[in-house]
Amino acid sequence: MNMKKPLAHLAVLIFALVAGLIFGLGLILAGMANPAKVLAFLDLAGLWDPSLGLVMGGAIAMSFIAYRIAGKRSNSFLGLPMNIPTTRIIDKRLVLGSLIFGIGWGLAGICPAPAFVLLGAASIKGIVFLVAMLVGMGLFELLESRHKN
Amino acid sequence: MIIDWNHFTPYTALAGGALIGISAALFVLFNGRIAGITGIVSGLFRPVMHDSGWRIAFTLGLIIAPMVWLLFGELPNIHIDASYKLLIIAGVIVGFGARYGSGCTSGHGVCGISRLSPRSMIATLAFMATGFLTVFIMRHILGA
Repeated sequence: MNMKKPLAHLAVLIFALVAGLIFGLGLILAGMANPAKVLAFLDLAGLWDPSLGLVMGGAIAMSFIAYRIAGKRSNSFLGLPMNIPTTRIIDKRLVLGSLIFGIGWGLAGICPAPAFVLLGAASIKGIVFLVAMLVGMGLFELLESRHKN
Repeated sequence: MIIDWNHFTPYTALAGGALIGISAALFVLFNGRIAGITGIVSGLFRPVMHDSGWRIAFTLGLIIAPMVWLLFGELPNIHIDASYKLLIIAGVIVGFGARYGSGCTSGHGVCGISRLSPRSMIATLAFMATGFLTVFIMRHILGA
């Protein structure tokens, strides 16, 4: 990030903070910050609560156009370079990693973004999960850096 | 399949989803970034000069969301059934898997599908599949 003016830098931080806040409020409103509701969505064979399928629908409806616009621009409205992933390779990492992630998601009903919301809600169990999640991410970093060396 | 109509909340789910979509839209249009939490947080493990501030700010936004919510009303029910042991196991698996697969529900599920990324569609199918399967095994086979 190459910032010319401190004011522009501040704008970047404020937009990031506001985006994170709106994201978090959306998770709370949608019910995704409640692990019991997430598990009720994942429990197809039990009493199924389909609500969370609509969360993705609502989100995609709002962001679809934005990504169309973003894809045509080389810079953001704040003048930052567009940093949108361009990889198209479907490899073992992507599939295996996602399969592993889904197992953990199904065990507790918590994925990374709600874990941070649970911290702010002072949920002790949520914080335990968050710390473990960060350890898991760190473990990956460690293994990967060893692999590279 | 039996639908639990008593707990089905289509309006708040759609509205909450719309907020998540607005956040992702703002973030890509103004910051030029994908609102994928795994990617945002993982960049903090090896901090790069001038590339950490926005990551911390976005994460902080998530953390303060329940506090801001409390200014206007009561937080909806948060219920975690899992034991501490299970939460620790699940947390490590989630963190490791999301990094290994380069994204989670936000990056692949919401942002990736919105931008029609084939990688994210595959990833989302994969984690949804094991998510469903894990709950099935835990609840209906192991009976936990």
